[in-house]
Amino acid sequence: MNRMEAALRELGEMDDLAAQSSPVHRRHAVAKLLATVGYIAVVLSFPKYAMAALTPMALWPVALFQLSGVPVSTCFRKLRYVLPLVMAVGLFNPLFDRSPLLYVGGAAVSGGVVSMVTLMMKGVLCLMASFLLMATTSIDCLCAALRTLHVPGMLVTLLLLTYRYTGVLTEELAVMTEAYHLRAPGQKGIHVSAWGSFLGQLLLRSMDRARELYDSMVLRGYHGHFHYAPVGAFGLWDGLYLALCLGAFALVRLVDVTGWLGGLLVR
Amino acid sequence: MISFENVSYSYEKGRPAVRNVSFRIQDGEAVGLIGANGAGKSTLMKLLLGLVQGQGRITVDGVTVESTNLPQVRRSLGCVLQNSDNQMFMPTVYEDMMFGPLNAMVPREEAERQVDEVLSALDITALKHRHNHRLSGGEKRMAAIATVLAMNPAAVLMDEPTSALDPYYRRVVIRAIGNMEQTKLIAAHDLDMIWDTCQRVILLDGGEIVADGPKETVLRDKKLLEQHHMELPLRFQNV
Repeated sequence: MNRMEAALRELGEMDDLAAQSSPVHRRHAVAKLLATVGYIAVVLSFPKYAMAALTPMALWPVALFQLSGVPVSTCFRKLRYVLPLVMAVGLFNPLFDRSPLLYVGGAAVSGGVVSMVTLMMKGVLCLMASFLLMATTSIDCLCAALRTLHVPGMLVTLLLLTYRYTGVLTEELAVMTEAYHLRAPGQKGIHVSAWGSFLGQLLLRSMDRARELYDSMVLRGYHGHFHYAPVGAFGLWDGLYLALCLGAFALVRLVDVTGWLGGLLVR
Repeated sequence: MISFENVSYSYEKGRPAVRNVSFRIQDGEAVGLIGANGAGKSTLMKLLLGLVQGQGRITVDGVTVESTNLPQVRRSLGCVLQNSDNQMFMPTVYEDMMFGPLNAMVPREEAERQVDEVLSALDITALKHRHNHRLSGGEKRMAAIATVLAMNPAAVLMDEPTSALDPYYRRVVIRAIGNMEQTKLIAAHDLDMIWDTCQRVILLDGGEIVADGPKETVLRDKKLLEQHHMELPLRFQNV
């Protein structure tokens, strides 16, 4: 299995994860979407030195991993390409902000280091929240939820088709790289001299396939409007879930929970 | 009824893919469209579906195939593409089958009933909630046929329905086609399959009809077939 086929398999794995059943999977897509958006907004709203205050926000993804049965390892495996980028954010903060902010065992920790760690934590937490949303909600339900929230149909269709088109593009890339390597044994990657024609062919081939897919949709009555899977009624448990999540996020944001707990122990 | 009257089409100027083609297909008829590569079979299907527009007149149940009538025409035609991967774009077989009926504004409950009926008729109920990307080639082909039948079309068009299938699934697909009551237009190189599923055969060469008649006449005429880069069906070879 080449890397592209592995990527395709991973893409399929997300659909499989979303098709599982758990208390989190069963929640209404709108509730999960709003909870995730609320979580990300609250996480991002923490000040740059609020590392300790941000820590309790990690409890939500941890709880969701437990309740949904989605393996944590899968999350980090799928985010392995994005995580280094997120970690790189704020890497230069320690160089610019050198004033000591706190002392740990007599050693001074600069404001730059604290803000760097805070930024990294924010990035990782937001990515985990987004991953959990995708892993517990199918793309169709997510799109249906977006339409329920009156997001323009054109944007939602674009999102759905982009998701589907990723698979088409990757499939074509898999076929082409395999054909290339069969005729270039022992060669690592694709030689730079072939990049132009390779990309051109990839574009043409994926456009052909996309056209055929579109024809297939049009022949079955598609006229720019998707009929998303019914997401069911927004029930009491969905409301409770959303209220509980948003309440907890607001509590952690407004009350310094770690400071309060620390105060209890120190006293 | 499907009718072609003096239909021509060129992809490039001066190189016609279909030339002055005329024929009629009666309701319930099963017609095989055969010919060598580049003979114009797929183009003829595209013209009928309104995916390309040529000269001449094509009608489906009296409705002319033209841009203003396309939704009406396409509601009565179902098309099974050669590559099932290009036909199945929803996550599961069930969702893919629901796509057509829902677009035709069939109420969800009614559409679900239609889907269940088709799955049962094709004996593939076990595939209902399977993910498309996990299906084998044969299962995918059967599911692709099911997505089209779920729309309850009056006529079914098929492009190479048995290509790249193992012998078992080839037989399964042939049986499924044989059981369909709709009007059928099947483009294929698999002449044995055409023999098993069609009563009438149209032979194309260079975009023109060179023979049109009962399968017994066309598919047993070795000279005619060889003249147009075809061969007798396997069952008649060595006879």
